[in-house]
Amino acid sequence: MSEHHHDHDHPTHTHDGKPIQEDPLPPLEAQILETSVRELLIEKGVVSADEIRRAIEAMETRGEALGAKIVARAWTDPDFKEKLLHNSDDALMEFGINMSPMELCVVENTDDVHNMVVCTLCSCYPRPILGIPPAWYKRRDYRARAVREPRAVLKEFGTELPDGKQVRVHDSNADLRYLVLPKRPEGTEGWSAEQLEELITRDSMIGVSDVLAPSEAGS
Amino acid sequence: MEPKYKPGDKVRILQRNQPGHVRTPIYVRGKTGIIERIVGSFPNPETLAYGDTGLPYKMLYRVNFRQAELWDDYDGPADDTLEIEIYEHWLAPA
Repeated sequence: MSEHHHDHDHPTHTHDGKPIQEDPLPPLEAQILETSVRELLIEKGVVSADEIRRAIEAMETRGEALGAKIVARAWTDPDFKEKLLHNSDDALMEFGINMSPMELCVVENTDDVHNMVVCTLCSCYPRPILGIPPAWYKRRDYRARAVREPRAVLKEFGTELPDGKQVRVHDSNADLRYLVLPKRPEGTEGWSAEQLEELITRDSMIGVSDVLAPSEAGS
Repeated sequence: MEPKYKPGDKVRILQRNQPGHVRTPIYVRGKTGIIERIVGSFPNPETLAYGDTGLPYKMLYRVNFRQAELWDDYDGPADDTLEIEIYEHWLAPA
């Protein structure tokens, strides 16, 4: 959660630190509708308040650790990597994950290609693997600009790419969910999967940054 | 269900104004790209979103565009691309 709350009301207020910017307040009707339906379901005994709380807790405690395990495994096990790239359902089953009815599409970064993921229409995200999407991933400016000027957005995230490297943007607009398979950094030869996991960050699996450098392990 | 297109086929996204839960963003409508892969058949989100069954299922593809095709003023390298999922009923041969 952001520590930077905006209780003040500035309809024209923008932050210069794009792409992280406040959206307008959510529509009040949607909030009222959500509360009404939730209370009705509880009153009628369809679900209990505790079940709802548990479901929210489970969703919010899932994090990117699982994604890092999957990437580290792909870095250290070529057969698993092939499966992950071409038959992700089977690969994920080894981690007890079932994405159904969605499918996972894994896109691999190479010396020549950098992949970056956005959902322009809403906030589609591989939640079973990476948990809740970061706040900026859902904001309109990230969603609009990631497809329009990806290199400028990447630069604002501190990721500068040479012109020789192709940028491939993936709009996660329908039934697939996307995971970027970052490139294994040089200088990690002989590292165990557990050691490698420490280098694999959430943002590197969305494709807005690279993984950590080997010297940053455990930092 | 047999897919109408195969990877490598050149396709144009239909320029159609359609209200509702449409998964084809306006920025790709009318643009020409290449089928990257056949994803498979999925319930039609345009009816599924309204409590319907989503039947008949629609074939879904990933379509690859050159960024310069999408944005006249794209200032990155010419081989930068964008890939997006498009249902068959939004595609025409190009």
